Formats: sequence, C-alpha cells, structure tokens
Amino acid sequence: MEYKMILTDEEKAILNGSKGEVMAKVMKSLVMYGEVFNAKRMVQITAPAHFVTSFGISIMKAVFDIMDELNNAGITTIDKFTVDPRPMDFNNVKCNPLEKLVFGIMYGKQDDYEEQLIKIGLKDKKAFSCTCYMDEVGNIPKKGDILSWAESSAVVYANSVIGARCNRNSALIEMFGAIMGKVPEFDLLTDEGRKATWIVDVKTSQKPEAQVLGSAIGMKVMSDVPYIKGLDKFIGKKMNEKAKDYLKDMGAATASNGAVGLYHVENLTPEAIEKKESLIKEKAKVYIIDDAELERVKKNYPVIWKKHDAKPSRCFIGCPHLSYNQLIEWTDRIGKELDKNGKKKVSLETIFTAAPDVVEHFKKNSEYYNRLTSYGIKISSICPLMYMNNPICAKRAVLTNSNKLRTYTTARYYTDEEITDIAVKGDITR
Amino acid sequence: MKREFKGRNVVAGSAQAIAIVSRNGMNTLATFQKSILAKKKTVFGSDQNNADLYKKEITGKALCLPRTIGSTTGGMVLQSAASLGLAPKVMLFSESIDSIGAAGVILADIWTANKIVTIDSLGQDFLDYMKDGMSVTVKEDGTVIVE
Repeated sequence: MEYKMILTDEEKAILNGSKGEVMAKVMKSLVMYGEVFNAKRMVQITAPAHFVTSFGISIMKAVFDIMDELNNAGITTIDKFTVDPRPMDFNNVKCNPLEKLVFGIMYGKQDDYEEQLIKIGLKDKKAFSCTCYMDEVGNIPKKGDILSWAESSAVVYANSVIGARCNRNSALIEMFGAIMGKVPEFDLLTDEGRKATWIVDVKTSQKPEAQVLGSAIGMKVMSDVPYIKGLDKFIGKKMNEKAKDYLKDMGAATASNGAVGLYHVENLTPEAIEKKESLIKEKAKVYIIDDAELERVKKNYPVIWKKHDAKPSRCFIGCPHLSYNQLIEWTDRIGKELDKNGKKKVSLETIFTAAPDVVEHFKKNSEYYNRLTSYGIKISSICPLMYMNNPICAKRAVLTNSNKLRTYTTARYYTDEEITDIAVKGDITR
Repeated sequence: MKREFKGRNVVAGSAQAIAIVSRNGMNTLATFQKSILAKKKTVFGSDQNNADLYKKEITGKALCLPRTIGSTTGGMVLQSAASLGLAPKVMLFSESIDSIGAAGVILADIWTANKIVTIDSLGQDFLDYMKDGMSVTVKEDGTVIVE
C-alpha cells in the first residue's frame, strides 16, 4: 500500500510484517491515523503513556480481542504506563444488591482486563487515575515532551499546564503509540497546530467557577485552541498548586463540553509566557465571557433527573480526581459549612474521589483525614462516570460539581458553593 | 432533486443509507453509550446536549455531522459499535475529521470486519443541505449523492 508519510526503513519493514502480523496492524493504524491529518513523519515519544480505557466492561469485546491479540503476540509498551480510574469501590461507594448485581454483569471482565493491562505494561495496581500527573502518581511529563496519551482531561492538562505535546488521541491509538514508541506528527505536536484561533476575553466581576468557564469555552470553540485573557487577574500569574487545580478542572470541562486539547492562559501557562500574543493566529475569533454569559451557559444545562425536585441521594466531588490540596480545601469548606449550620455530619452521602496515591498521601495527614471521615464523607479512587454508567445507579438523584460528569451521565451540576450547602443540608431547595 | 457533493475519503467504500443529521459536533461516548450498555440492537442517540440526535436511530444510517467531540474513549466506542454491528453505515463530515472520529473509523477498518465508510471535508453547504431521511449514496471516489 502507498503512503504519503515519509517512513523510515524500519517503519516500512514493520508495516510489511518484520515484527509479525499484529505489530503490522498496530503500525498500520498509526500510519493511517497520521495520513488522515497529513502527518509527514512519525516522531518518538519521550515520556510514559497514559491510557483512558480502565474498565473491563463486558460489551467491549472488540477491545478485549485486540488486547488478546497483543498479549498473545507478547507485545508490550516501551515504558510502563498509567490508566484511568477503576469503575467500582464497594467499600466506599455503597451499592444496593441490584446495583451490585448489575455492576457484576457490566464490569464482569474487570479482573481479566486488568490482567491484560499488566501484560501490556501497566505501571502497578495503584496506577488508576485520570490525574496521572499528580506528584504522588508520578507520570509527569516535562515541557516539550512528546506524548501518547488519551483521557481528554489529562491531555488538555499536559498540553496546556505543562507544555508537553500530545494530540487528543483516542483509546487504543494511545496504546499503539506507546507500543511503537512513536506517534504521527501533526496538529498539537507542531508549533503551528498550537496557535490559538480564538481569543477568550474573561470579563467577569469575580473569579469564574472553573467548571462553568471551561464548559462555556468548550461549547464555543469546540476543538480549536483558545488564548484566554483576563483570567490571570483572578488566579494569578504563578503556576502554583492552586492555579494548577483550577486549570485542571477548567480544562476537563473544555475537553468534555467541547473537544479542546490545548488552551493558553495569558501570563500563566508556559507557552503563553514564552510566546505571548504571537501564539494568536491572524483573524482569531473573539469570545467575551461575562457574568451574564456564564449564567446563560449554566442555566442551559438540562436536568435529566426523572423528578426534578427529587431528594438527592449521593454527591460526587472529584471528576477529574482531586489533588491533595483540593482534598484539604474541601475538608475545610465542608467543615466550615457544618459549623455554620450547627451540624457534625453531612446530610447527603458525599464521596470525594482522588488517585490512590493521593488518597494515601491524604491519609497520612491524620488531622485532616480524621476530620473528613468524622463528617461522614467517604473517599474513593473510582471514576464516578463509570459508576454512573450502571443504569440502576443512573436512576439515583446524583449531584456533582463536575461538568464532565454532568455531560456524560444523569448527574446534576452545582457550583462548589451550592454543592457544599446541599451536602450539608441534604436538600436542593436553597 | 439530486445533489452531488465531493469530499475526501477517510475510509473509502461505496454504500447507501438514509441520512441522520447532527448540526453540531457529536459527542460519541454520550451518544452511543446508553444503547451499547443496554445491549440494544440499535443505537438511539443518548446525548442530552445534542437535540438533533437525541433518541433518534443511528445504527445503519448515513450520519452527517461537522465533527465528533468529547471523551477520548470515543474512537474505541465507535470501533466497538462497529464490531457489534451498531455503528452508522456511513459517516459524512462537513469539516476535516477530528482525531477521535478518525481513530474510530480507522480502528473499525483495520481491527473489525465492519467498516464505516467515511468521507470528510464535505463543506458547510453539504451540512446545511442535509435533512433527516434523505437518501444518500456514497461512491468509492468520495462522491456523495443526495436524493
């Protein structure tokens, strides 16, 4: 078959089967993928991969078959990789017998799939989080690294906050890149592809809710690259932990409510600091975000609970997974609200989610961990989205402060302030 | 009235199908997951944010859209839908195909027996012209005939 990409002799040989039929299919997938985007060549990845597919969902037989093909051919990734969170944690996210039964059927392949992941090159049994870039997890690329990652929230974080280079790869494509150690060079891997075609001008009267701002940006610019002005006055000009947490949550919303793979924040993100407005393409479109626009966006979120005024049954905070600092902040926030209301425990079952290594770190802070558990809050490392995919769980009136979780499930969105109030009082009528 | 459009082959092939049209980006995971998880024999769009596809049949159709959006599991979801015989027969993108959509149709082509014939760069004119229920014929050279 003829390809327009310039391939090395080794790459051509792999395509022709020098490393076996399965590796030829892996290479063919990457080359076809690159050809569609007019990639001129394959480039080496320079940091470990992160995969999006963490769930052994029974109906994804086609994926398990591919994994079997790879396992049987003895194929592994070049470096050990991390992967998205697991779907279930019956100890901390309680389920009734019917929910448990459905989980058993839905994710009946979980153990088998994890075995397949280990054979391919999974880092370890704790490497399950959408925030692999947390210090505790340790899959942290450097600025300029070429990545083969999927998980939309991780890709947009790596590109924007760290300045690494990664396309919005799909599940499986990221695995093939990690196996081959190469990815086709196009779009966000190129200087030109990293230029902004939108200027987003934040003109709100106060710091915008990260998840709503991200949602507004994502819905407007879709897969384009925005250059965000006016945000640094609210979150500062230093890429400290607080700014990283804000950008993590905002980015996840841009990626799930749209398809943003990279954004620049004036005076804050590494490329915006380095290249300033030269990052903005000529004739870039402008999107002004003020208080009214954010209100409009938030008001348009559909409520798909069967009973709109249902009593909430559960609340998830941490999609994407919370950082250590966010766990501390949320513990303080809930504690303050409980004090204000003269209460000792939350009235709504509330679950914080964070990476296993982050949870371990947090547990070492016994003062905060004990406070959190005394409030009746559970901490887990599941993916709330995978949990909500259980059709029985989806019938529950679930609340979240995550725009990603809202987008993919029946969970209802509330701001951090609103959800704190509801978690403490157990009631959505404020 | 018959109209012809010309695009770029992403996965070449010939096919005939009835059109279903999404004016905005299709969130693949949100659109397909409910039907796939429920082991339905046909996919009905389940994305609450996409009124064009919501609760409409997608399996076997000529899905006309600007691009796909949303989770990076999208490509795998499309590939799985194809392997289960639940995918659209044809995908017709008015814009250049996005990376998740491209991965899905390529994975389906290489790793499953059920290809999704895919053409992109058909232009906004094409998307503006298309309506649900129109009859679509796709040729090997990337020509799309709409009746």
